Amino acid sequence: MIDTLRLTAEQALGLLERKEVSSAELHRAYLDAAGERDGEIHAYLRLVENAEGTGVPIALKDVISTKGVETTAGSKILAGYVPVFDATVAARVRAAGMPVIGKTNTDEFAMGSSTENSAYGPSHNPWDLTRVPGGSGGGTAAAVSAGLAPWGLGSDTGGSIKQPSALCGNVGLRPTYGTVSRFGIVAFASSLDQIGPVAKTVRDVALLYSIIAGRDPNDSTTVDQPEPTRLPEHDRLDGVRIGVPKQVAGLQGIEPGVRASFDAAVKLAGELGAEVGECDLPLSFEYGMPCYYLIAPAEASSNLARYDGVRYGPRAEGATYREMVERTRDEGFGDEPKRRIMLGTYALSAGYYDAYYGQAQRVRTLIVREHAAAFEGFDVIATPTSPTVAFPLGDKAADPLAMYACDLLTIPSCLAGLPGLNIPSGLSGGLPVGLQLIGRQFGENTLFRTGHALEQAIGFDTVPARLRA
Amino acid sequence: MSIERETVLHVARLARLALREDELDRLTLELGAILDAVSKVAELDLAGVPPTSHPLDLVNVWAADEPHVSLSLDDALANAPAREGPLVRVPPTVGPEVSA
Repeated sequence: MIDTLRLTAEQALGLLERKEVSSAELHRAYLDAAGERDGEIHAYLRLVENAEGTGVPIALKDVISTKGVETTAGSKILAGYVPVFDATVAARVRAAGMPVIGKTNTDEFAMGSSTENSAYGPSHNPWDLTRVPGGSGGGTAAAVSAGLAPWGLGSDTGGSIKQPSALCGNVGLRPTYGTVSRFGIVAFASSLDQIGPVAKTVRDVALLYSIIAGRDPNDSTTVDQPEPTRLPEHDRLDGVRIGVPKQVAGLQGIEPGVRASFDAAVKLAGELGAEVGECDLPLSFEYGMPCYYLIAPAEASSNLARYDGVRYGPRAEGATYREMVERTRDEGFGDEPKRRIMLGTYALSAGYYDAYYGQAQRVRTLIVREHAAAFEGFDVIATPTSPTVAFPLGDKAADPLAMYACDLLTIPSCLAGLPGLNIPSGLSGGLPVGLQLIGRQFGENTLFRTGHALEQAIGFDTVPARLRA
Repeated sequence: MSIERETVLHVARLARLALREDELDRLTLELGAILDAVSKVAELDLAGVPPTSHPLDLVNVWAADEPHVSLSLDDALANAPAREGPLVRVPPTVGPEVSA
């Protein structure tokens, strides 16, 4: 009997190596778990019954093109779209022998913080089914926490890997921009999008990262990592300098329970030997959000121009080409993509470009510089990942600005292109709290080391209380 | 900051979105509120600060000019809603029924 709720990918790999279980048996066990529990969680948009492989099975967010398997990005405008090629990350995990369990739910085009923007209905948090799993990668995060996948891949533009991992109580990495190929990914905002791993442990995340990272001739923004990935082993943090932005103390909207869990984790890091100090990121927290919500929609409005009913997706009727395109887009896109397309088109339009998009790109430069200055004195910057624990479904759905505020803490480092790791730091009111660790460009190994040592010391149980036997 | 309904209609045309009346009304309100929030970037004096379009210092990435296998015609057209031979079929783009 395979306990999918507790089995880590590393343990599954051990079972395979000792021939105690086959890849097909593992794949079946996760499909069965999904059959049993996914009706109430809705982590998957579709399952892959007949996947081939010799390794540990994996879940893929539905923005990742999978040859022969429908890929919708959570949108009606891609309903029925069956890619004729694999995204590079899909090809790499398949080449490593991993059978795909299924495609996971996401906010439409990865735009959102709750999965409530999915055209196929929201996912539910495995810790409390009345609450959101976070977003946009709520499907992958919920699948890992509910034992429906040992690990999975998500995509992160402003927090879509880190925030769902925080709300579901598992580990998620947004890698350094450029270390993982975006070829074959449904694009949202190209200067920000990154693919990254989600799993129960830091070691699993590091292992999966080592498999997907590396230069890809099909994505000219990719680079080779300067050093190979090291699986973390040590449980001490001597010599690691951790900076806490002094702005965190004064930020409105951070729940007391989140703050308490964060403070305890920082104190623990000190006890493990880390040197903890204060850093300063004033512009990042004050201007990160407005900067991001100009740059990301501007790039989205350009990327989403390709959905015109000509080459793929459903097509609406129209007497002329233009009428067909406009009606296809009105019927195919949901409210959030429309909002962002409109905002981005406005910010890029004649007469407004310099005041909005141009200005935001200059603010981005200041945010990059501010982080570089902070990393002169520190190896890791720590903040809470999400200002709140998982919130009830429907709570923020009618207020776009309230939903955007979920990303307040994850956005600045995304703009700076830096890697960020979420690990669970504890519970507040029975719901997981996430700790965000930000590293230097290509600083993944330091994040793995720091995250692993804290993970061992915190001893968080990643199995949702309501699912424990 | 408010945005005129006429402006929203103009932007919708630029974005190729045939918005319904109720969508236009709602977006006029929502975009006004969002623009209010993001206009905060205008507070900063950024004279002399260069723009960042991309977080890595990559310039002129070259690829070897070598032939490779690409998608077949059938694969490339596999998802097209309407196909005619080697082409995708679309409604008229020019002609008397197409206004400017």
